[in-house]
Amino acid sequence: MTTRYTKDHEYVRVEGDAGIVGISDYAQGQLGDVVFVELPSVGKTLSKGDEAAVVESVKAASEVYAPVSGEVVEVNSALEASPGTVNEDPAGRGWFMKIRLTDPGELDGLMTEEQYQDFVKSIS
Amino acid sequence: MAEHAPSDEPLLQTPLHAEHVSLGARMVPFAGYAMPVQYPTGILTEHNWTREHAGLFDVSHMGQAFLVAEDKSHETVARALEALIPADVLNLKPNQQRYSQLLAEDGGILDDLMVTRVGAPGHEGWLYLVVNASMKEADYAHIEARLPKSVSLKRKDDLGLMALQGPAAEAVLAKLAPEAAALPFMMSADVQIDGIWCHVSRSGYTGEDGFEISCHGNDAPTLWTRLLADPEVKAIGLGARDSLRLEAGLCLYGHDIDTTTSPIEAGLNWSIQKRRREEGGFPGAERVQREIRDGAARVRVGIRPEGRAPAREGTVITTPDGHEVGLVTSGGFGPTVNGPVAMGYVARDVSAAGTDLHLIVRGKPLPAKVAAMPFAPHRYKR
Repeated sequence: MTTRYTKDHEYVRVEGDAGIVGISDYAQGQLGDVVFVELPSVGKTLSKGDEAAVVESVKAASEVYAPVSGEVVEVNSALEASPGTVNEDPAGRGWFMKIRLTDPGELDGLMTEEQYQDFVKSIS
Repeated sequence: MAEHAPSDEPLLQTPLHAEHVSLGARMVPFAGYAMPVQYPTGILTEHNWTREHAGLFDVSHMGQAFLVAEDKSHETVARALEALIPADVLNLKPNQQRYSQLLAEDGGILDDLMVTRVGAPGHEGWLYLVVNASMKEADYAHIEARLPKSVSLKRKDDLGLMALQGPAAEAVLAKLAPEAAALPFMMSADVQIDGIWCHVSRSGYTGEDGFEISCHGNDAPTLWTRLLADPEVKAIGLGARDSLRLEAGLCLYGHDIDTTTSPIEAGLNWSIQKRRREEGGFPGAERVQREIRDGAARVRVGIRPEGRAPAREGTVITTPDGHEVGLVTSGGFGPTVNGPVAMGYVARDVSAAGTDLHLIVRGKPLPAKVAAMPFAPHRYKR
């Protein structure tokens, strides 16, 4: 199972021809208590870097950008009722959306787990 | 309180800086100071702890100062300050505190502040002021330039200030200073806690019962640690301070009130006592008196978005048919309300509680209703 990260702290975990997108544990820690998540509509086509979702903490709203291009095939609507799941389990139950990848080659431009952990160390 | 854009200026530290760091606080720049925005448990937990137990806040960044009349007369110093603010200072009893605003000539608000008539023996003709951190330099310059020669401003930059807020605050303080715990709302006393001089007032900025405690900066860490030793007390950062005051419907300077808003637009009529309304004699009196008489064209209201999405500061407010009627000045998630809450200014004809409005969030209209404030009931000890 391949997981890649962006500099904006989104992750995409590749499962077959789709990627599960969410925010990293570091990102949820920086945001603090998540109180609201706005998800895209299923069927929406996103280009890499597009605003894909919004995550709001008590303090502020932040955009979640699409780490890869593709069609949104599923969203984690459980987050609407329990946004705190993003804090509790960002890599698991706190996922945001599933995107069917248009160009798996885009993954090569993202950071591996190890590169991302080094990146986090360099900024914290 | 108002946030400042980041700059290259080194950040100032409060006397409690080392305490915050050792508690694992996340420190952020605020009004030129490094301040704790939250401790490791996070804003939601801190907010709820304050509503259910007692929260301890470092507010040492705020400006503390005295106005002193040379002739030791309360009337002299009261008249001097009444020329700058619309509150009745003259009829303050010793140790009584009052909320007011420094007003510009056009009635706009230069800052909001707390004024106390000092009651300690030998201090007749003294007023104690607490002003916002971000505005203190401007406030002191404004005040000094307008004082008569017989009254002087003494900055007290060496004092610390902390707030103990929440339903358990009284019981916590009663163990250390029973005479302070017995104070009624908006009264103050000078007390000793473990031999430390403290000026305690029954007031705060959370909507809860509680106290603000001033002491010498050198003593602040000892007092902080003593208060935190009580299992009912936890340290609370600026993040929860903001969500608590928003739910309490209290104004944040630079956001909900500023030089473009008058005290009447802001709904602060209650802070202007009868004699001052009638006599005037403060900057902007003509506008304030006219707005009291005729009503202001726009007013500050509470707003409850109907969904779960918070509407932040700057959000455009429209009528359901799309006509723009105002702006949100503070908005976020209210943990006690368990939903989004906001306040903002709207045209008077759409300001009644229950009026349907739309909030334009990320380009989409979200239904909302004008709501009575506070969103969480005040629990002051009157």
